[in-house]
Parts: sequence; structure tokens; C-alpha cells
Amino acid sequence: MNIATDGLIMGLNALQLMFYFAAILAIVASVKVVTGKNTVHALLYLVVSLLAVAVCFYLMGAPFAAGLEVIVYAGAILVLFVFAIMMFGLGQDETLNSPVSRGFTLSNISLWMGPSLIALLLLVELIFAIDNAAIQEKLTANVIHAKQVGILLYGPYLLAVEIASFLLLAGLIAGYHLAKPDGASVANQNETGEPL
Amino acid sequence: MFLSTTEITLALLPVYPLISFLLLISLGERLSWRAASIVSVGAMALSAISSFVVINQLSIVSPILTVYLWNWFELNLAGNASTQINISFYLDGLAAVMISVVTGVGLLIHVFAAAYMKSDENFTRFMAYMNLFIVAMLLLVLADNLVLLYLGWEGVGLCSFLLIGFWYKEKANVLAARKAFIMTRVGDTALAIGLFILFKELGQLNIHNLTETANTIWQVGDEAPYWIALLLLGGAVGKSAQLPLQTWLPDAMAGPTPVSALIHAATMVTAGVYLIARMHGVFLLAPEVMNYVAWLGAITLLLAGVAALAQNDIKRVLAYSTMSQIGYMMLSLGAGAFSAGVFHLMTHAFFKALLFLTAGSIILALHHQKNLFKMGGLLKRLPFETAMFTIGLLCLIALPGSSGFYSKEAIIAQLWSSNTAGPIFWYCAILGAFLTSVYSCRLFFLAFMGEKRFQDEPRSSSSKLLNTSLVALAVLSLAGGVFASTLEVALLDVFPRYHSSLLNEPQWLHSAAIATPFVGIIFSWFYFAKYRHSTSCDAEHSVFQDKPNSVVLFCRRGLGFDQLYDVLFIKPYCYVAKLNRNDIFDQLLMLCAWYVSICHDVFKCSQNGKLRWYAAAIGLAVVLLLLSMGLQHLSLEAS
Amino acid sequence: MSAIPLSHVLILASILFTIGFAGVIVRKNTLFILMSLEVMLNAVGVAFIGAGSVWQQADGQVMFILVLTLAAAEVAVGLALLIQMQKRFKSLDIDLLSKLKG
Repeated sequence: MNIATDGLIMGLNALQLMFYFAAILAIVASVKVVTGKNTVHALLYLVVSLLAVAVCFYLMGAPFAAGLEVIVYAGAILVLFVFAIMMFGLGQDETLNSPVSRGFTLSNISLWMGPSLIALLLLVELIFAIDNAAIQEKLTANVIHAKQVGILLYGPYLLAVEIASFLLLAGLIAGYHLAKPDGASVANQNETGEPL
Repeated sequence: MFLSTTEITLALLPVYPLISFLLLISLGERLSWRAASIVSVGAMALSAISSFVVINQLSIVSPILTVYLWNWFELNLAGNASTQINISFYLDGLAAVMISVVTGVGLLIHVFAAAYMKSDENFTRFMAYMNLFIVAMLLLVLADNLVLLYLGWEGVGLCSFLLIGFWYKEKANVLAARKAFIMTRVGDTALAIGLFILFKELGQLNIHNLTETANTIWQVGDEAPYWIALLLLGGAVGKSAQLPLQTWLPDAMAGPTPVSALIHAATMVTAGVYLIARMHGVFLLAPEVMNYVAWLGAITLLLAGVAALAQNDIKRVLAYSTMSQIGYMMLSLGAGAFSAGVFHLMTHAFFKALLFLTAGSIILALHHQKNLFKMGGLLKRLPFETAMFTIGLLCLIALPGSSGFYSKEAIIAQLWSSNTAGPIFWYCAILGAFLTSVYSCRLFFLAFMGEKRFQDEPRSSSSKLLNTSLVALAVLSLAGGVFASTLEVALLDVFPRYHSSLLNEPQWLHSAAIATPFVGIIFSWFYFAKYRHSTSCDAEHSVFQDKPNSVVLFCRRGLGFDQLYDVLFIKPYCYVAKLNRNDIFDQLLMLCAWYVSICHDVFKCSQNGKLRWYAAAIGLAVVLLLLSMGLQHLSLEAS
Repeated sequence: MSAIPLSHVLILASILFTIGFAGVIVRKNTLFILMSLEVMLNAVGVAFIGAGSVWQQADGQVMFILVLTLAAAEVAVGLALLIQMQKRFKSLDIDLLSKLKG
């Protein structure tokens, strides 16, 4: 299949087009996450965004990262989010902009106009910096496979892996302790594990 | 270095009361009445004896005695010269008169006070303050140089404050003490400035050397002695309660009666007279100032006499009378009759102390009743006190035969043909004598004659101490005339010989002066007849109702000087003080603190505890950082 | 695989990053803040992968793995804290947690 070599649209072949399409999808989904009112809907938009980014990764020649993105990020972390929301009833409808008031009132400025301005400024500066950077490389066509990543991980980055496992352990214990329901410590239970 | 016995005696004169003061202050409450009075009165007795011994030596051995104790400090003049300020005592005729008055009358008043204040709970403190006062007064009169004199001057001011406000738990007493202190302080400032100018001009503060140098450097009528004498006059006026600083003396009667007798009759208020007499060398070089002195004396004389006519408090009558008599002394000093003034000082000390102490006895006997309109008929009930009071009044009026007569006549005789005074002053003095006799008779009639207007029976004090001191003072008052010749001799070397041409004087001057008191007595006999008569026995009779009309009220309040000063000085000062309530200099300093506080309040807003704000702050910081880096990059590219 | 300029990838990363950042400082619901944080972390991952792809080294993907680990641990702890918050304050408004003010 050589879609890549013929059928140029706008000077771009199909894969490049798909990259831009996925990028725009990711951006739109992120915007919907940030401005959402319904918690679960926002989460699902976040999943969409992550999947779109995974497509981008694949098209950038990093299939291992794309797989990880889908499996771990969208498939574990966000599912954890969803579980937590469902189990503990955290998902009330939260509306940022209600009551919606148009205009330049003080509450509006401090609420979303000011912060948006800061974010916009940041974006402008970043884009400016990126454009003026001395590096104008282009991504090449080579793919970096999982094997290379694995060799690197268990070679130079071994210590980092170990430390990452520490981090996960700490997260595990903290999560367990903090999410414990009241009265669930050992002292408060009788033999069969029921709270007194 | 060895001091002779006389010198040691002289040096120890102020030491006895000083030791007594220290003992009484430190041992305080633990001393019984007997012990405290023995210590204090004993110290006074020792001082009195020493002073008489020393004065004796003065007449025998040499006319001037000095004793040098130690060098206090050195003052450097321009050009490597320096003058020594020493603690040394200088005794000549004038100082001899003063110390005899201070210690002699002081001893008698201490004896009276020991009995009078017996039941007071702060007796020891009182006697300690009295002794401290004597120390300061002795330093003042014995001082060799003006700095030591100023030390004594301030000391008597302090003791006056302490003693007027002795019963400090009453607010009125404290206010009176404060008023006295502040007014004399105004005079003290003038005196200090005078001292500074004197030192600058003459480079000397030793009184003896100063007078010599002044006479060599300055001519009569020069400008420097004019200002110096004026400033010294300012100091004297404050201490002696003359115009314009006279308003504190009537209020100072808030203190116990022995205080009024000692300080405000016999000794402290005469410090001003002493100062002028001591510095006569400078004053003689400024005849205009001597004229001012005479004017001040004359006006105060008349003013106080008029005010005394309208008083209803027995002690205030005596206070105004003191003011008036000191006016006489000032008048005589201004006229150049220094020895007559000093003689009057001495006799005045005798009879005024007698009057005050007897008034104290009467007040005590009438259960602390001071109002004249509530006394009366004491002639029959308190005969001893009446007799003492009468003797005092006779001397005050200057009836022939009493000591007051000799001294007052001596003053009046020298007024007409004096260079710096003149006939006007003679007339003022005669009018003053007339007023004196009128208010004295009024006082006598109101207090002693007529029927009694008080409720309780008077308890005459049977204390021997009290009565002995009164009798001693009475004897001195009557017999004081014999001191005239002694004084004349003593003061001969002190003051320059006064030549006045008596040829131009009218003949009737002398007889007019002698007749004036009698005229006054006869006038008041008829004018104040209503106070004398026994028929006005009804205590509610309108004559003795104290309903003064506005003129009398005006005179009673000291002829409006208090109100005048209130408007001129006190109100503006209080207004400015109120404006400066927040103390502008303090506010300037607080500006720093205020600025920091404002900055704190501004920055406090960034710590509102909200997470999103902190995150936004981080974002903002990154934005600014990138901005600066971008600008740097651009500028690097451009250059 | 194709000639996508690195700058475009980085621009994508920065756009995602600022959207996430705006979400963090605008939303009051702590849950949404956590979600916006995920968006930001994801954007960082994009940047890393793009850089790794340009230099033809696997380090970019290794960094991405580590970022993933971090995100996982953070989400675990964050959600646990959220549960505690819900229990205590009965609401997820982050402005309630302002005891450190002043």
C-alpha cells in the first residue's frame, strides 16, 4: 500500500493529514474537557483526547508509546477516575459558568477572563519561542520499536525504573490510607473484620 | 588642708539638716514621732547654734569669712583660660542676716511644725522635706558663686513643690504645687539666661570677682548690665511672687500652715530679694532696671493690698499680705536702699511667720475652718492666739515700737529723694501702708470680734511646743527693732554707702509716714463697724453672708491675673498641644511603620489560600520569564 | 515517517498544555482540576515523543513512560484526597481549602 506516495492533498500525503486531523481532534476534546459541565462526559472527552494523541504518537514513529498511551493512560488511569467517581459519588454536576454573566464584572475577570488571558499569553510566548528556535528539523520516517525502548530502559535508565516503582508503591500506600473509610482500622474491627 | 574651727562650723551649717533629711527619708515609717522630731528639730537647732557662732566670729575676727570645700567643675573659656566653679561658702554681713533668719525662724517653725503635724501619718516625710528645704536655702544664701546659688535656687523650688503638694491625694493641692513650680520655672529660665550672658561677658561666676570685674569693665548705663540685670530681675520676680509671676502664691496656701510660714513668708519668697541684694553690683550699673524694680515693687504692693481686702480665707489674706510686703522690699531695693530692704526682710520674717503659725493654730482649733466669714468672737474664746495674732498684726501695720515700724520707716524715708525712685513711689508706699492697715483691721474684726459664727467650740491647743514657738516669734517681732543698729553695722561693708540729699525733702514726710497706720485703723474702725458689733449675733445676718459683688469677686480672684494668663498662655498652649495630640514627630517616625504596613496589606492579597491563585501566579511568573528571555533574545539578534 | 516539522509537534504540545493550564486555574471543581492536570501531563508526553522521534533515540519514549508512571501515582493519591475532601466538606470546591490564607 503506498498511499503515502500518491494522492497528495494540499501538499500533504494521507498520513500527514491524519496527523493533523488527530491533533485537532485532541485539541477540541481537551477544550471540551476543560469547559465541561458534566463530570462523566468530561472524562469521556478526555479519553477521546488521549486516543487521538495515541494516533499522533503512532504517526510520529513511536508505536510503543501509542500502545502504552491507550492501555495505561486511557485504559487504567482514566478508568480509575471513572471508578472513583462512580463509587464515591464525586460526580455532581459542576458548572463553572453558572450563573453565566456576560461582561466585564469583577467576578468574571477573576473567574475566567483573567486566567484565560494568562494562558493565552503563555501560548503566544511558547509559539513565538518555538517558531524562532534554531532547530527546524523534521520528523523522519524511521520507527522506534519497543525493543529499543526496552534496551534503554534496562540499561542506562535502570535506576529510573526502580525509582518509578518506589513512586508507585508510595502512591499505592497513600491511596489506600487516604481512601480508607472511617472506623476501618484493625482496632475497630472484631475477628471477622466487621467494624465495631 | 586644714580648716579652722570657724571654717568647719561654717561648712557644717548645711550639713546637719542634710544628714537629718537623709536619715528621715531612708528610715521613714520606722521612726516614731518623737524620734523624727528630735532628729529634725535637733538638726535645725545645731544649724542655728552654728550660725550664731559663725556670725559672732564674723563680728570679732573679720568682716568676711570664706571656706572652700572642693572644686565642682571647671569651665573653659576661649583662649586657654578657665574658671573654677567651687563648692565654697562666703559669709559677709548680708549672708549673716540671711542665715540667722533662715536658721532662727526656721528652728522656731520646725518646733511648731513638729507639734502641728503630729497626727499626720506622713510626719517623717514632712520633716524630711522641711530639712531639705533648709539645706537648699542655706546653699543659696551662702553660695560663693552663681552656679551654687542656682543649685540652691532650684532646690528651694523643688522643696516648695514637694511641700505645697504634701497632701498629694487631693488633686487641688497637686495642681497648686504644679502651678507654683511652673511659674517659678519661668523665672528660673530668665535667671539661667542671665547667668549665661554674665559668664559670656565677664568669664566669671564667682560673685565677689564678678562685681569687681563688672565695675571695671562696664559704665553705668551700659547695655550689657541692663540686660543682665533685667534677666536677674525676671528670676527674682518668679521666686518672690511679684508682678507678673505672682499668681502662684495665693494658691500655694494649699500646703500645710508651717509650709506657708517657712517657705512662703519667711524664706523662699525672700530669695529674690536676696538675689537682687547680692547682685547689687550689677544692678547699680543699670539704673533703668532699678527703676523697673521699684515700679514692680510698687505696683505689686498696691495690687496685693487691694486683693487682700476682698479675701474670705484667712491664709489667702496673709498670702497677699506677704506679696505686698515683698513689694516693699523690692521697692526699697529699686530705690537703692539695700540695707533697709534687707532689714525689712528680717522683720517681715518674724511677724509673718508669727501670723501664719497663729493662723494655723486657729484653723486647727476651729476644726480646719479657714473661712473668715465663719469665724468671729475668737477674742474671748482663744485669748492666747488672739494675743499672738494681734502682736503680728501690729508689726504688720508698722505701729511705732514694733520691729515692722523701724524697717518700714527706714524704707519709706529713703524713697523720696532716691535716684531711681521718687515722690510717686513715696505716695505708693504710703497708700500701701494705708491699705495694709485697712485689710489687717478687717481681718482682725472678722476673725476675732463680734459674735461667734461657727458651730463647734474651739479647742485651744495645749501643746507647749506650739505655744513656745509662737511666744518666741512674738518676742522677736516686738523686739526686733533692736537689731537695726546691728544690721546697719553688718551691712555697712556689703552695700555701697548711700548718699541721698535729704535737703530737698518736705518736712511733713516723716510725720505723714508715721501717721498713716493710725489713719488706716481709724478708717477701718468705722468702715468695718458692722463686723465688730456684737449686735450682729445672728449667724444668718446678711452682713456676714459672703455674697460678693462682681468687683469684690474680681479682687478676690487676684485682680483677674489668673484669667489673663489663662487666655494669653494656657489656652493657646493647650490648643497647640491638642493639635499635636498625635505628636507630629512621632508620626514622622511612624511613617516607616505605616509604609511597611501598607506594603504588607498589599502583598497579603496574594496569600489568599486559594490553590488556583497560586497556580495562576506560577503561570504568570513563567509568562514574565519567557517575556524577558524573548526580549533579551530579540535584542541580541538586533545588535 | 513523514515530514512533519518538529515545530508543529511542539506547537501541538503547547496548545494542549495551555488548555490544561487554563483548566487548572479556571475550574473550581477539584475533579476537573485533576483532569486538566492529566491533559497537561499528556501534552508534555507529546513533546517528549516528538523530540525523541526527531533525534531517532528511544529516550523520548522512556521519558514518556516515566511521565506515565508519575501520572498514575498522582491520580491515585489525588483521588484518595478527593474522597477525603468529599467526606469532610461535602463538596469539591477547591476554594474551601483556604486555611493557609493570610
